[in-house]
Amino acid sequence: MSGRFILFILAFLVWLLLTFSLSWENLLVGGLVSLFVSFMTGDLFTKRPHIFKHLQRYFWFLIYIPVFIWECFKANVDVALRVIRPSLPIKPGIVKVTTSLKSETGLTFLANSITLTPGTLTVDVDKENGLLYVHWIDVKSKDVQKATQIIVRRFEKILTKIFE
Amino acid sequence: MLEVIGIVFIGIGLVFDLFGCLGLVRLPDVYNRLQAATKCVTFGTCSLLFGVFLILGFSPGGIKALLCIVFLLLTSPVSAHALARSSHKAGVKLWEGSVCDDYQN
Amino acid sequence: MKKKLLTYILGLIVISIILGIILFSPLPSLIYPQFPLLGVFRRAVGILLLSAFLCLYRVLRGSTASDRIVSIDMLGILIIGFCAVLSISTRRNWYMDIGIAWALQSFISTLALAKFLEGKHFDE
Repeated sequence: MSGRFILFILAFLVWLLLTFSLSWENLLVGGLVSLFVSFMTGDLFTKRPHIFKHLQRYFWFLIYIPVFIWECFKANVDVALRVIRPSLPIKPGIVKVTTSLKSETGLTFLANSITLTPGTLTVDVDKENGLLYVHWIDVKSKDVQKATQIIVRRFEKILTKIFE
Repeated sequence: MLEVIGIVFIGIGLVFDLFGCLGLVRLPDVYNRLQAATKCVTFGTCSLLFGVFLILGFSPGGIKALLCIVFLLLTSPVSAHALARSSHKAGVKLWEGSVCDDYQN
Repeated sequence: MKKKLLTYILGLIVISIILGIILFSPLPSLIYPQFPLLGVFRRAVGILLLSAFLCLYRVLRGSTASDRIVSIDMLGILIIGFCAVLSISTRRNWYMDIGIAWALQSFISTLALAKFLEGKHFDE
């Protein structure tokens, strides 16, 4: 039930931002639509609704955003420099890395962060063994531990604090 | 003043869009193309939308631009991941200069 | 090796000539001639069109189906950029509505195409 309530609040917030007016017709229609959506799909939204109450998770999420934007900017400059050089300095390959995250949201965020940061692209996730298959545009090490050290450790600490 | 900063952001976004599409043309196989295209085009369009937000301010258009940034950042890596996985399963080979392929089952 | 370098130099020359035309003598704009920020608008649309044509080149040449799907996806994201630039030049904010709808729809269509590529049916 609590998960549905959180989904209702989120949907209503997105509706308010989309319409950006506070007239009563908008509020009524938005409330009805959010009620419908949260009633239909509430059980798919979250399995552990109690973690939404922990305030320090939101704090760590605020710290995560600038880290993510900085890595993203570095990634783009890196790729742009690789693309415009005439010799195309790439050495691609698919490597295996391990992760200690367990929750689905955490794994999704980790995979998305890996995709948007320098030279790496998540290909597949093996949830039982905690493995990620990552396409790396410039393979620095084929060893699982070293690759994990280079690719995953940047985000894993902070994502553990947010989603576990 | 905010308008000038917004135009600078739009310029950065356009440059990264162009580099992303150049990478789409120059790089050798699907996975490398996905790397260049997803990163550069997503970040470029996000930067362009942020410039639009700075120019329009807290009006309906600007708030919609911010929401569009959130949607793009959530959806674009997921679609890149799905494309990479499905093309590996469909049997698209890696480029012959690739170093290793641990994903072959 | 020599052929590669020649292609690189040729492409560099062609792209810099097109960029020069776009930046220094912007394309004539027939729509909305009285709206603000028209110079930015014309140059931005020019560069976005150049990127879209590069994507279309990959659609034309791409050796596998996944190459074409990737470039169609990128075209979708570029169209969001078009909508954003149009919305600042004309100050009509429903262009951003088109952008948001396009982002979500293109995500779903890419997922469906990825499923199709994998050889599965759509209801799995």
